[in-house]
Amino acid sequence: MPVEDLHKLQEDRLKSLVRFVYAHSAFYRQRFKEAGVAPDDIKGLSDVTKLPFTTKLDLRDTYPTGMFCLPKNWVVRYHISSGTTGKSTVVGYTQGDIEMWSESLARALTSVGLGRGDVMQVGYGYGLFTGGLGLHYGSERIGATVLPLGAGNTKRHIELMQDLGSTAIACTPSYFLYINEVAQEMGVSIRDDTKLKTGVFGAEPWSDETRKRIEDSTGIKAYDVYGTSEMSGPLCTECHRQDGIHIWADLFLIEVIDPKTGEQVEDGERGELVVTTLDKWAFPLVRYRMRDITILNSEPCECGRTHPRIMRILGRTDDMIVVRGINVFPSQVESVLMTIPEVGEHYQIIVDRKGPLDVMTVKVEVTEATFSDKIADLMSLSKRVSGELKDVLNLTAGVELVEPGTVPRSMGKAQHVIDKRKV
Amino acid sequence: MVAIKQISIFMENKPGRLVRAAKTLSDANVNMRALTIAEAGDFGVVRMVVDDTEKGYRVLRDAGFTVSETDVLAVEIKDTPGGLYEIAKTLGENNVNMDYAYAFVTAKAKQAMLILRVDDLKRATQVLTAAGVRMATREEIQRI
Ligand SMILES: [Zn+2]
Repeated sequence: MPVEDLHKLQEDRLKSLVRFVYAHSAFYRQRFKEAGVAPDDIKGLSDVTKLPFTTKLDLRDTYPTGMFCLPKNWVVRYHISSGTTGKSTVVGYTQGDIEMWSESLARALTSVGLGRGDVMQVGYGYGLFTGGLGLHYGSERIGATVLPLGAGNTKRHIELMQDLGSTAIACTPSYFLYINEVAQEMGVSIRDDTKLKTGVFGAEPWSDETRKRIEDSTGIKAYDVYGTSEMSGPLCTECHRQDGIHIWADLFLIEVIDPKTGEQVEDGERGELVVTTLDKWAFPLVRYRMRDITILNSEPCECGRTHPRIMRILGRTDDMIVVRGINVFPSQVESVLMTIPEVGEHYQIIVDRKGPLDVMTVKVEVTEATFSDKIADLMSLSKRVSGELKDVLNLTAGVELVEPGTVPRSMGKAQHVIDKRKV
Repeated sequence: MVAIKQISIFMENKPGRLVRAAKTLSDANVNMRALTIAEAGDFGVVRMVVDDTEKGYRVLRDAGFTVSETDVLAVEIKDTPGGLYEIAKTLGENNVNMDYAYAFVTAKAKQAMLILRVDDLKRATQVLTAAGVRMATREEIQRI
């Protein structure tokens, strides 16, 4: 669709959304009044900036369903994301909302070349978490065969991958790395002994270097998937160009803002993602602050799609740790480690306070293949890691070399940061 | 070739790790001939010569240790003052660098031996042999 037509469609849908939430939700009426804005003030797309932001805090304050815009008997399903801090988030879906979710993901999976004949092994958790069921419905909608394994039971994943000829897998990137490790221990090469060719990875920030490591070691193509439970669940992926995640413009209006000022930033600048849903009704979002840090790219993609792209999530505003006044994203540490073949891909950042000073230590695993028995080599390796971290983070970090397999592995989101500082 | 195999283990400085390694070997009836620990802050490298290197390497690896095998020399030290100095001097004069060395005394032979890691194994063997220094072979180490 030409960009102008997409914008016209977005404009119409934005106007309908604003009228809808205003008519159906006391929460939004109140918010709009506080911001001094009425539905009729939204005449064009650029008027979106007149609307107030909504945040995770609003969700907490209106727990469980205070931001729903339709009566509960319209809701056919709930998903709940457990907040690491405070209350969980309850998301409700109408039948149409589930359709929209499946449709969005179906388009995404099609854009990475999946379709009928593919066998999709779902390694995301099923249940209240949106990952499992999201990929399940999306994959069924494109006619693929779904293998609903969920997270865990890793050996079974590998056996069934071989026995049923899985061509695609969806899970967190750290879980896939773990699956690959277990496969190697079992004497199974994902490259040679399975038909796996596509991975859809998300639910935690990861880096291009991790992608390279996954692709080089297993021979599959690894695609980034994005979507949070507030938006529905996993919704959008990169296309086969692997150059940003296409966010379907007819379904979502996205902005990237400076988290401090709330002003929109230019294309290409780092900022916080803000989402307005254009076709989601039980629990719509109006300028919801995702707290994910990304970069917007509105240029048409080489794949021919005109839907805007966001660059891979560079971190979360709340994953961000501040060490000695410097912002550090775990993804930055990861990207450094991935360029150093002598250390493994698993890591843990430990932040502690010694006296008045923050001390950051990164635990990395020595790899068996490159283990030198000379202390000097190991010391220089740890120095090299520390030096490269300093180049990227602008911060001196200690490096602790540990034995392989000792950094905790996770089936879901990896816990990369342990903050021992007591405030 | 008189080089013998040494096993090196990467080890975090955590209590119990060394004991576990030793137990793993003794459970497999592998006997240690010499052992040394080089420490560097949070981690260390344990180096050892055992009677059955293949088995030792395998059982340690299976037990989850990060291990590597290295070629080293087992040099007999004359039981006279300056025995060690002579070896170091011979190597130094011939531009062979010692990465590290550790000594042990054999129970049966009641003789001091030096485990040497050098940057040029072949040359080290040549010059030490020429200087009349005896080096133990693999079989000898197994028999000690
Ligand atoms: Zn594209």
